[in-house]
Amino acid sequence: MFTQKVDRRVFVKKMATSAAVAAAVSMFPGILFANEQEQNLPKGDLEWKKAPCRFCGVGCGLLIGLSKDKAVAVKGDPKSEVNKGLCCVKGYHSVMALYGKDRLTKPLVKKNGKYVETTMKEALDLVASKMKETIKNHGKDSVAMYGSGQWSIADGYIASKLFKGCIGTNNIEANARLCMASAVTGFLTSFGADEPMGCYEDIDYANAFILWGNNMAEMHPVLFSRMLDQRLKRNAKIVDFATRTTRTSMAADKSILFKPQTDLAVANAICYEIIKNNWVNKNFVEKHCKFNKGKTNIGYGLTDDFKFKDEPEQIDFTSFKKFLEDYTPEKVEKYSGVSAKDIKYLASIYGNPNKKVVSFWCMGPNQHTRGTWMNNLIYNIHLLTGKISTPGNSPFSLTGQPSACGTAREVGTFTHKLPKGLVTNEKDRAFAAKIWGVPAENIPDKPTHHTVSMFRALDRGEIKFMWIQVTNPMVTMPNLKRYREGAEKEGRFIVVSDVYPTPTTDVADVILPSAMWIEKTGLFGNSERRTQFWEKMVNPPGEAMDDGMQLLEVAKRLGYGKYFPYSKDKFAEEVYTEYTKHHAGKKHGMAPLEVLKKESGMIWPYVEGKPTKWRFNSKYDPACETEGFHFYGNEDGRATIWQRPFEPAAEVPDASYPFWLNTGRVVEHWHSGSMTRRISVLHKAMPNAYVEMNPEDAEKMGIKNKNKVKLTSRRGSIVMTASINERGIPPKGQVFVPFFDEHFLINELTLDSYCPISNEPDYKKCAVKVEKV
Amino acid sequence: MPIKSYIAHPIEGKRRELIMKLKELSSCEIMPATNQEIVIVVTDTFSNQEDQQLYDTIINFPELKHFTLVSGFSDEEIIN
Repeated sequence: MFTQKVDRRVFVKKMATSAAVAAAVSMFPGILFANEQEQNLPKGDLEWKKAPCRFCGVGCGLLIGLSKDKAVAVKGDPKSEVNKGLCCVKGYHSVMALYGKDRLTKPLVKKNGKYVETTMKEALDLVASKMKETIKNHGKDSVAMYGSGQWSIADGYIASKLFKGCIGTNNIEANARLCMASAVTGFLTSFGADEPMGCYEDIDYANAFILWGNNMAEMHPVLFSRMLDQRLKRNAKIVDFATRTTRTSMAADKSILFKPQTDLAVANAICYEIIKNNWVNKNFVEKHCKFNKGKTNIGYGLTDDFKFKDEPEQIDFTSFKKFLEDYTPEKVEKYSGVSAKDIKYLASIYGNPNKKVVSFWCMGPNQHTRGTWMNNLIYNIHLLTGKISTPGNSPFSLTGQPSACGTAREVGTFTHKLPKGLVTNEKDRAFAAKIWGVPAENIPDKPTHHTVSMFRALDRGEIKFMWIQVTNPMVTMPNLKRYREGAEKEGRFIVVSDVYPTPTTDVADVILPSAMWIEKTGLFGNSERRTQFWEKMVNPPGEAMDDGMQLLEVAKRLGYGKYFPYSKDKFAEEVYTEYTKHHAGKKHGMAPLEVLKKESGMIWPYVEGKPTKWRFNSKYDPACETEGFHFYGNEDGRATIWQRPFEPAAEVPDASYPFWLNTGRVVEHWHSGSMTRRISVLHKAMPNAYVEMNPEDAEKMGIKNKNKVKLTSRRGSIVMTASINERGIPPKGQVFVPFFDEHFLINELTLDSYCPISNEPDYKKCAVKVEKV
Repeated sequence: MPIKSYIAHPIEGKRRELIMKLKELSSCEIMPATNQEIVIVVTDTFSNQEDQQLYDTIINFPELKHFTLVSGFSDEEIIN
């Protein structure tokens, strides 16, 4: 074992070197070192086991070095097709997140305003009794579950089965609603089937990468490194199309800035140019596409009683072409800030029949009041040119959480979803109920609340009990003040399962300490439809318990034990095997457990022992029923090209609030920072949030770097440090604030407007004023 | 017994000289990037005082533009 002093120093030194290499890789995309990272890892007698990374949705394969029931080292798994042995700075330090000093180890119950330690048994008894009492007094829809794309597949599945199948309420949501719901509705409206048709291997074949509002150098650094590698090897081009200058812009071949919300118009202008220049792949469009339009002026969801239902109407190519006349490059440059020349340049990349193009996007188009439309519009470009479902031609929506796809989307931990299909469909309910072993009538036939609506219902008092697992909504909800005050109102009972104290545990009546990541057995599903398994490697601290096991214990106490006949030690594996029954078949078959145990993940559909890397193309996808392309998610087998106009944001700058506020992340921290802020290296590298300002705006206002400034929106204000000419540079009239820091709750300023189709909020656009303090 | 890693940014045109000076320091290991100007520096000292002295020496090199701390470990922190 790793016991000799000299070995320890060598080991630590190599960890320090790895950290610096990882940081350099993040800061200087594409940087190379003559000494391979592999050589710098400890050579001691460590046991190495595979796991997907705990953080973002890329799903890098890691090898975890174990010594004496402790995770002490991390290296990229060279066998992983995702990261091919690379890691980002968060991945390299990921195991340190297990060992923060303030880890929650005991259940806490609030009594007379103070938290009192109790046993897990008593805490779970209390949770179950409160649920029972609330349901008895106020009905099934008065209790709710709020989870996340960080739930392992088993945890999300148990939650869905308990709430929808047993209790009989569709009050279950996941924070994935806040990050990729627009991607889901985009896929469903365009293709009738969720998740990307391609895979990361597309990077190895593409000639050009167009990044739509996606700071991949910081948010998806490993994939960005893979693109840079292809630039070096094959001269592939990277175009950053964004609202502010970032590390991605600096590393890209070309950076094009657009004014917030006008991506809608630019995408239409690209389509206009493609048609005008005869770059349409007519054969593909005639055989495999149809044209639709939907409602316009669809609203922003700003009031509690807001409701919207789209009404698709079929149109033809001529009508679509006519519609695009409002989006000539010359017209669009007037309000988008993108020159007609740059719009034509973008169109020429997509339009060149000899170039393979991948479009990547994540929160930019998704966290958008017209998020579904933006997704549709990017698909339009790929469909018009036929650049889809072939190696290197891929519209690729990325995700931000490790199992946003695997759990939230595929298990279906949303109010309207079942593991397969929708709650509104009688056949889908019967199918799920049969596998769950519950009466079909248990599953209600109507969705209840999407996430914003759910927290509004909590505020109004219609929901009285909420159990929150693996997420931190009291940092991440937009218009946060309303929802925090709602959670704190009399008559609400909040249970929070987490690994560290957070602003969300601050509003809890019961805090349940959770086992984290490799302290339990689990499965995640990443952005490229890859399911990955890991086994429990170390014991959780104190009484910390697997989230899934917490749910199982409460299910038993509620009298539903017979529906969850899993063993204590193997329940995640048994749940996965049950879960795969929902997706059996060529269109979504999941790899069996024994394959996932052996491999560094496997892409679904997994058919006859092989992953389907490119869906909807009969050359690669056994589910296709016709030769060539078959978009079988839609009944007619055709993909939909949507007529979607430009419409303004819900709130735009004016004389009182003259700046756009954009929010997002930084490379060092993941999501709300509750884990990465406990990793000293990452915390020291980025200790606090800040507000990025344009240098000219700052100079005009007499604001210097590190000065304190006050940001105020119609919903709240915050004082923080100015960052000028540092990491990112917003254009004039815009500011940017990362949301990882619970000491600077920027979401008290953001607006809870959302896309009426996906119900995903827009965190990228609201109006603020900026004052020097 | 601190072990720290840094990213050193040389003044333009002074990379070679900076590398030579860093190589002469006994408590330092360096790893120059192959295709960028920066140099990774790992310091391994036996006391906080020695660590500070070494740090002061490096940041006073005229060839150095920036010196950014990436990580600071003690071996006990990791293993025990």
